[in-house]
Amino acid sequence: MAQENPRQRRELWRLFTTFFKIGAFTFGGGYAMIPLIQRETVETRKWITDEDVLEIIAIAESTPGPIAINSATFVGSRVAGVPGALCATLGVILPSFVIILIVARVLDAFQHLRALRYAFFGIRAGVLALILKAFWNMYKKCPKGVVPYSIAAGAFLLAAILKVNVLLVILCCAAAGLITSALRARREEK
Amino acid sequence: MIFLDLFWTFFKIGLFTFGGGYAMLPLIQAAVEEKGWLGAEELLNFIAVSESTPGPFAVNISTYIGSRLGGIPGAACATLGVALPSLIIILLVARFYARFRESRWVKGVMSGLKPAVIGLIAAALLSLGRTVFFPDGLGLEVLGTPVFLVSLGIFLLTAVLAFKKVHPILLVLLSAALGIGAGYLLL
Repeated sequence: MAQENPRQRRELWRLFTTFFKIGAFTFGGGYAMIPLIQRETVETRKWITDEDVLEIIAIAESTPGPIAINSATFVGSRVAGVPGALCATLGVILPSFVIILIVARVLDAFQHLRALRYAFFGIRAGVLALILKAFWNMYKKCPKGVVPYSIAAGAFLLAAILKVNVLLVILCCAAAGLITSALRARREEK
Repeated sequence: MIFLDLFWTFFKIGLFTFGGGYAMLPLIQAAVEEKGWLGAEELLNFIAVSESTPGPFAVNISTYIGSRLGGIPGAACATLGVALPSLIIILLVARFYARFRESRWVKGVMSGLKPAVIGLIAAALLSLGRTVFFPDGLGLEVLGTPVFLVSLGIFLLTAVLAFKKVHPILLVLLSAALGIGAGYLLL
């Protein structure tokens, strides 16, 4: 036990610092950090294998929450259980947290500047284009067919036109997916 | 109690986000609109800052909104809230993940959620687009104004570049420069 403790502590510290680095050097979100996770945790640290990375992507796609948190928790728990999961997750969050607090202060301090107001006027139009691109990327990854298209159209109508609560829309679509796939399975059994 | 409110709101957002990055956007937009936390213009500014600073988008925007509403403790509550559902679920699922992923239930639910996110992002895009192009309400008289034309020009240019895989940070910088230039020249 006496020998285990310092080693365990070192492992937890490594998890924290590795994911701190991953958090600090990821721009954008989600899949952008996968190559960095692969390099740091598979090649450098040898904590997990390339297959595990694919597994992480698959799990991240089928569980709720940001991919960054999902993958940090997954690797951390694999290496050192619940304490490992906490250290890795804290590590991946901390850089963002500190940087955003600083950036928010700086932007607040300069918000009276005309140039900054004009800059954000331009940026808002640019951000729309980024969202459009994100929409297109997700559309490309989505299964094609009458059922998925109808669910997407239904979600759009409920949220955009009827102003139904977004969480409710998500629950309805989950139910629709469950029902249609059960019906399809039954049809295939016959 | 703003701190509890932030924590609980972002907990729900974390719990209902499937897929990475912008999948969270419709949930955040709905929450800040419903609570009156941010205007649509401010939300777009926050999205831009979160996209062009280091760190995962989800954590950045949660921290930013939290800090706007409740300083450092607010930021901590929002970020903790958005991270906690993932943390708990992954810890529960990690042990039997193969069975989880192959489960008919999970597959069925995901077959509904993937298209749902697309529909919801389209709805968010429409509503945010309205605030960029028609900040003072819908109307034909807006169509010829410099604000509308400059916004449209920047949007079209950055959209083309985005589809040519130009990096998002460069696009944010470019649209900032164009906004400053157009602002001093035309507005």
